[in-house]
Amino acid sequence: MFEDFHLASILVSTIRNAPVLIFAAMAGLFAERSGVVDLALEGKMLASAFVSASVAYVTQNPWLGIAAGVGISVVIALLQGYVSITQKGNQLVAGIAINIAVSGLSFVLAQFFFGQGGRTPDLGQARLFDIILPGTDAVANIPFIGWFYGKLIGGHTALVYLAFALVPLVHWVIYHSRFGLRLRAVGENPHAADAAGVHVERTRFLAMLCAGVLCSFSGAYLAIVQSGFFLRDMSAGNGFLALTALVFGNWRPLYTAMGCLMFGFFGALQIQMEGVELPGIGKIPGSLIQMIPYVVTVIVLAGFMAKSVAPRAIGIPFVKSR
Amino acid sequence: MSTNDLPRWATAVVLPVLNLLSALLVAALVIYLLGENPLESLGILVNSAVMNPEGLGYTLFYASTFIFTGLSVSIAMQAGLFNIGSEGQMYLGGLGLTTVILALDSSLPGWAIIPLAMLGSALFGAAWAWLPAYLQARRGSHIVVTTIMFNFIAASLMNFIIVTYLIPSGQQNPASRLFAETAWLPRLSGWFPILGDTPLNISFLLALLALVIYGVTVWRSSWGYQLRATGLNKHAAHYAGVSITKMIVVAMLISGALAGLASVNALMGSTHYLALNFPAGAGFIGIAIALMGRQHPVGILLSSILFGALIQGGFDLSLEKSNIPPETFIFIQGLIILFCGAMENFYAPAIAALIKRLPSRAR
Amino acid sequence: MQPAVEFRHISKRFGAVQANADVSFSIAQGSIHGVIGENGAGKSTLMSILYGYYRADSGQILLNGEERHIRNSQEAIRLGIGMVHQHFMLVENMTVLDNVMLGAEGGVRLKAHRTGIEAELRDICKRYSLDIDPLAKIQDLSVGAQQRVEILKQIYRSASILILDEPTAVLTVQETESLFEVLRLFKEQGKTIVLITHKLQEILAITDNVTVMRAGRVVGAVQTANTNKEELANMMVGRPIETQLPRAPYNPGATVLKVEGLNLKNGQNVSLLDNINFNIRAGEIVAIAGVSGNGQSELLEILSGMRLPSTGKVSFLDKLLPFGHHADGLPAKFRRLGISHIPEDRLRDGVVKDFSVMMNLMLGYQRKASKGFGLIDFKSVMRRCAELLKMFDVRPANPNLRIALLSGGNQQKVVIAREMEAAPKLMLVGQPTRGVDIGTIESIHAQLLKMRDAGVAILLVSVELEEVKSLADRILVMCGGRITGQLNADEFDATKIGLMMGGLHK
Repeated sequence: MFEDFHLASILVSTIRNAPVLIFAAMAGLFAERSGVVDLALEGKMLASAFVSASVAYVTQNPWLGIAAGVGISVVIALLQGYVSITQKGNQLVAGIAINIAVSGLSFVLAQFFFGQGGRTPDLGQARLFDIILPGTDAVANIPFIGWFYGKLIGGHTALVYLAFALVPLVHWVIYHSRFGLRLRAVGENPHAADAAGVHVERTRFLAMLCAGVLCSFSGAYLAIVQSGFFLRDMSAGNGFLALTALVFGNWRPLYTAMGCLMFGFFGALQIQMEGVELPGIGKIPGSLIQMIPYVVTVIVLAGFMAKSVAPRAIGIPFVKSR
Repeated sequence: MSTNDLPRWATAVVLPVLNLLSALLVAALVIYLLGENPLESLGILVNSAVMNPEGLGYTLFYASTFIFTGLSVSIAMQAGLFNIGSEGQMYLGGLGLTTVILALDSSLPGWAIIPLAMLGSALFGAAWAWLPAYLQARRGSHIVVTTIMFNFIAASLMNFIIVTYLIPSGQQNPASRLFAETAWLPRLSGWFPILGDTPLNISFLLALLALVIYGVTVWRSSWGYQLRATGLNKHAAHYAGVSITKMIVVAMLISGALAGLASVNALMGSTHYLALNFPAGAGFIGIAIALMGRQHPVGILLSSILFGALIQGGFDLSLEKSNIPPETFIFIQGLIILFCGAMENFYAPAIAALIKRLPSRAR
Repeated sequence: MQPAVEFRHISKRFGAVQANADVSFSIAQGSIHGVIGENGAGKSTLMSILYGYYRADSGQILLNGEERHIRNSQEAIRLGIGMVHQHFMLVENMTVLDNVMLGAEGGVRLKAHRTGIEAELRDICKRYSLDIDPLAKIQDLSVGAQQRVEILKQIYRSASILILDEPTAVLTVQETESLFEVLRLFKEQGKTIVLITHKLQEILAITDNVTVMRAGRVVGAVQTANTNKEELANMMVGRPIETQLPRAPYNPGATVLKVEGLNLKNGQNVSLLDNINFNIRAGEIVAIAGVSGNGQSELLEILSGMRLPSTGKVSFLDKLLPFGHHADGLPAKFRRLGISHIPEDRLRDGVVKDFSVMMNLMLGYQRKASKGFGLIDFKSVMRRCAELLKMFDVRPANPNLRIALLSGGNQQKVVIAREMEAAPKLMLVGQPTRGVDIGTIESIHAQLLKMRDAGVAILLVSVELEEVKSLADRILVMCGGRITGQLNADEFDATKIGLMMGGLHK
């Protein structure tokens, strides 16, 4: 019975599912650690997916597509910043509004430009190639090592490696750089940061800029790497899953990335579990497995597992006290 | 710059209208860039949605659902809570009424089963709102995040339930069996033949009744007084003896019940079965309506009709103009939420400056 | 040697209030200088001007003999002035080291500078006996230690003048001693300290010189060694205070409120209320005098049901008050028993500023205003509202006006009308004339006396000694969470009360 599980392919799928969440979660981390609620990860992801797929198709160059995706995501992030920081508007509402607006507009524009029922044409060859690590052939026949080196670690596209390399980088920036220190201070106690001479609004805008750049890779990954085209609402709730990973990981890069891996694992598991009989329990339907990450998050939110503490000043627009 | 410094008429009417116009202006710009004439499109939309009786029927049909989700979000907002979970609560409400109907539609007459089913939808919707409410009141877990989670859990749970338990054997469609006709809500076209073959049914009248009850309860009852005090100033509400914990839970239960009732229109008035993903974003439109209508019964009614018109007119418009598919109105919905919900004070400084210029008598 | 700081004719006005009027005095280099006074004396305003938060309307500030224009707090810091506020400016989940580095990191890579700064901080801690681990997280430190972190920050930034604003309000006795040690060491290093306080004990304990302020002016400048507590108390308070307002003969009835052994400790185990015992009888006004922040607010909150005590008993009309496990919804119970409350913080607790005047007249009594089906009987409410507005001379007398548009005095009249309308047996009153114009003050005092004459027991908390003298039959003084003294109205003596307010009793 367990042979049906194909653990190997589940693990490889996990590695390939995780980047979507990792990019988005790291983006959300920057925004939220600086004190801005980012419910618009979905929207940035989807916009970037559409733009990167379109540009990649038109130029037949995935890298140009990715660059364009970065551009649109940054524009949206700065708009979010304007509404949340400058206008001091309701950040939750702004995020939801952006998600809904992007959902509609991306479909309309895809239909307008490509006339294929709201999707972009297949990219065909204009996608990222799998990077085969040197020496893969040499070890290919060694049991386990061959698979481990060739399939699990190697053989992924550049964006996958970027995603995993990003995690320690984000960790360093947040905890060991000047920008990170100021970012964290602004998210915890902006008045103290202000008293120390840190420019609160500028720091938050910079954080939104980082969020825009990072989230764009998530969308580009969905469209260019995973599917090869843009499809309506293809972000499919991944933006909220990334937020869930943030809550789960207590807004810390390493734990958040682990959360992303866990959710990627459950996603891969869900597909494999369909139709598999477990002893005593019978078949567990995929939809119930799909629920698990969300239920876990609610339990964390209720404070029953570890304490998940959001940045203290999150969601509160900064008004100078003197 | 606080909106509270502006006179009531400015905040209640001028700002919302300006915000709405801004959203529509952006939409018009996009329509223009898509190669269509915004005014012509507007004409087609208004014609379809309001000017002809059948279109109006559809508009009001959609509005019936939105009034309920709009009320759901509004009453939570009156307590200072942002209930994003109306979508999931509506979904579970559908399960509630389906459970009642599937169990009883062969044994009970219409006048018994219809109210029971509605009760079922309200109870299930309220139940789905209970846990997020409790966690916010007792453990301080932010209700926005918990309700978003519960939306997703609802989607997965309902998927499981429908696929596993509700699909009749032999059917491919992920939906329950058809409800018996005793459980069908009477259509208004029975009394107003001019409406033609529209699904506009008595839940529209129910929605109007709900608006009245909401208005009376929130603005004229002592409980409503306590609700508004809680949303406006928790400290003063505590001083006034309100049990904040109880208020949060009760407000959310009512909010969930209203969202649950939103399922009645579509399921008992139109399709007559429970289908996968039937809410189709109505919960989120409820948020737009609550923000645009500023949680006021008249505002909610007008906003619901507006959104109903956008959907009905948008559908007909998409048939005529292939460059303006129905999804355009999802985009417009997002714009409205942005301008009315997040940028609501954008025009406040300009208005304040204008008012200062007026002769003092006119203020 | 030039004085470290010299104020010359500093004046500052906020709207109708003259916060500082022609303030002139010097602070000697290398001394600990106390600035003492009641609420509203102008001490905090003066220090805010020195630290660059405000600009004086007129006058000069000289530092080391040179005139300086201090435009903002960054400039103040550059000039060597450091301030330790009552509310600490610390990021709780970061370390002491991170908090000090914030804004002055030294470069992009933190690690490169961390070790150097950490060493410097340890050195400062040793020199000044600050006893802080730079790698400790702020949230793990006691309040006293957090305060020392604030001091550490100032020293690290080379402050030569250190201003402390009511520093011992949040400290235990031991922590206060530690703080004084630090200040003495600081002085030994040749630095200057300005200590703002209302506690006479502190002044006598560590200061070299004292400036006494009252109503925005300097009323005394002495060397600590040459003065005593009576003289200071007298200067702080002493002025011709109005006589008691006319009233019915003092004939208190049965005991309405009995407070026994009331204690309140906060999360850090600091005693906010320490063994409070007193009672109030029908038909008398008991006033609690004292500088704000000494437990009076907490006492009112407990007696009105808005907060639970840690230990102790309160009896109302011979029955114990039902405190229960949480204060959620408790004020309603207390109201029903016959306790009304005019809160200290009107805008936060007493009114809903977006509600109309009429709606605010119902706040707390909304159930009473309802008839059948829980619906509010607006007709009778409106009628009664119009009557009350006339009776209390609220202007404008428009029940439908949003209360935010009324002046502070008129808002307060609405609150008082509401609470009096409930015909309570006990009326709790907090700072009833704060932010209220003179004419309204008189009418509010008249209303309170009317209640007292009609047999209501009244507990009045006020920082204004004039008000206490005008209204009280009996006076209690609180300092540091304790009742430091009791007097009858005819025993009113400015010096005595000053001593009690300053934390010293006879």
